[in-house]
Amino acid sequence: MNKTINQKAWFFVIPVFVLVAFNAAIPLMTVVNYSFQETFGNNVFAWEGTRWFKQILLSERFHAALGRQIAFTFIILLIQIPLGIGIALTMPKKGWGVPVCLILMSMPLLIPWNVVGAMWNIFALPDIGFLGHSLNGLGFDYNFTQQPGDAWFTTILMDVWHWTSLVVLLSYAGLNSIQPAYYQAAEIDGASRWATFRYIELPKMKKVLTLAILLRFMDSFMIYTEPFVLTGGGPGNTTAFLSIDLVKMALGQFDLGPAAAMSLIYFFIVLLVCWVFYNLMMKNEAKS
Amino acid sequence: MAKISLKDLSHSYLEKQNSKADWALREVNIDWKDGGAYALLGPSGCGKTTLLNIVSGLLKPTKGTVLFDDKDITAFSPVERDIAQIFQFPVIYDTMTVYDNLAFPLKNRKLSESDIESKVKEIAEMLELTSTLNNRASGLTADGKQKISLGRGLVRSDVNVIMFDEPLTVIDPHLKWVLRSKLKELHQKINRTMIYVTHDQTEALTFADQVVVMHEGQIVQTGTPVELFEKPKHTFVGHFIGSPGMNILPCEISNGEINFSGQKIQSHKTIKKSNFKKTQIGIRPEFINFSNSGIPVKIKRVSNTGRHKIIDTESSGGNIKILSNSSKEIPSGSAHITFNQKYTYVYGDNWIIE
Repeated sequence: MNKTINQKAWFFVIPVFVLVAFNAAIPLMTVVNYSFQETFGNNVFAWEGTRWFKQILLSERFHAALGRQIAFTFIILLIQIPLGIGIALTMPKKGWGVPVCLILMSMPLLIPWNVVGAMWNIFALPDIGFLGHSLNGLGFDYNFTQQPGDAWFTTILMDVWHWTSLVVLLSYAGLNSIQPAYYQAAEIDGASRWATFRYIELPKMKKVLTLAILLRFMDSFMIYTEPFVLTGGGPGNTTAFLSIDLVKMALGQFDLGPAAAMSLIYFFIVLLVCWVFYNLMMKNEAKS
Repeated sequence: MAKISLKDLSHSYLEKQNSKADWALREVNIDWKDGGAYALLGPSGCGKTTLLNIVSGLLKPTKGTVLFDDKDITAFSPVERDIAQIFQFPVIYDTMTVYDNLAFPLKNRKLSESDIESKVKEIAEMLELTSTLNNRASGLTADGKQKISLGRGLVRSDVNVIMFDEPLTVIDPHLKWVLRSKLKELHQKINRTMIYVTHDQTEALTFADQVVVMHEGQIVQTGTPVELFEKPKHTFVGHFIGSPGMNILPCEISNGEINFSGQKIQSHKTIKKSNFKKTQIGIRPEFINFSNSGIPVKIKRVSNTGRHKIIDTESSGGNIKILSNSSKEIPSGSAHITFNQKYTYVYGDNWIIE
């Protein structure tokens, strides 16, 4: 078959190109600009080469923040994915329960992020918050503003409350797309409840779960607003995840060069993980 | 293996039933002999899948009982009934190999590893799946997948009945023939009761010894393909089976005489009763001949299908289709036709009058 070649078609790409340039490429380039130079304000720049990158990559502060970030993301994925699937499995498939459950489930997703942080801050205050007060009343020595363990517990609980719904809704959609014949066949084959889940529901949910894990990874890895409002990264630096640490460096200390270098490293980590994850999933898909 | 009887079975998907239309199944009575090949034939929405799901235990009937070997099993689950069912589109376990798919029903029933292996190999051989046993099932073509579904039903030696719910819907036409003859062959080999649900008369008539024709939740006739063709008990069977279907024409009955379009017609039997709201005469296009005298018709159109000629004619009592040998000369313009008395039936309120 002969295709007509018409290079003028490239003109159609221009609007997208301009849009992407203004909302992504140009802002990113300023960051790149800062990351290779030292600035003293007044638009005075001095070339620093890769110094900031080396400094960040070797700094203990960055390693600690990255470690906290990985631990946080890992823990919330470990909780939210199984919990989300579990809730989706127990949700009704028809009747009045469906809209009720769906609305209840989407509620946390509709609340602005800083409001979530503020809510949980007040909710968890050890003296007047319902959660904090109750825990202390039950005999636990709970104070998320003072004790790192409690701060982690509260941050993770908040994230689970805020985001498990997303996993639930995606899993529920996946479950609902399974034809009844699959369940009927499993029933006739004498499959146990677990076998039905393992061999029918889980494989059929694979695509939505891939999406759920990817979304939850990205969002939790870049989390900023909620822990900032809840703990402000404290006590000390114990809940200062990458974004919080980055903002501290850029706006708190005004170390624009190292902050720019850190932004780029941060960005590449997210990009790399998503790329690897996506490719692994797609490779599996291609095999089958 | 079992004899299956359905007694006064009715089913409705609604909580309350106000009219006849609220019932998906009405007063179904069937006796299926052990080892027979049966077909449930009817258009979409006639209740055949409902009936099948009641036999398999996926649905509990609103009224009536299901008996396997005269034992009431209405309350039993599909597993307790020991049945197999093959669905409209292939149901396979995507993440398993072909072997594991076939072994799955046996593993769930806690058979020993060696028993499972010999059974699976035997069935794979029968269905020509041996070469793909170690492949992942999701990579197969639609007919390969449907063979796996079939295999999962056949692999258990204890099943009472194997049921097919329009199993060839997603299969390519040229493979339909292959799979259908495979089914027929399997039935002869393993000699188990098989029930085949379809809306395709060719499938039903080629597969089954006995065909149950359903219409609006009721069984209208049960019989061999020949019986359904030669003597439809209900006008629905007449026009649903056969291509083209039976000519159903309005007629009048008085004093045992049948009047159609001003002519006296002889039917296969003398008619005694005549207190019907509606009386009709039924004659298949195959059993109409041209003659010098008889019912006057106008010939409107002749279409040649290769083996036959289908002639559309118009009489004063309605349109009549005639099927004739394609080598025969067809008169043009006006002609006279006669009905073969042996195959001329009279229907009162859609049911045959005998």
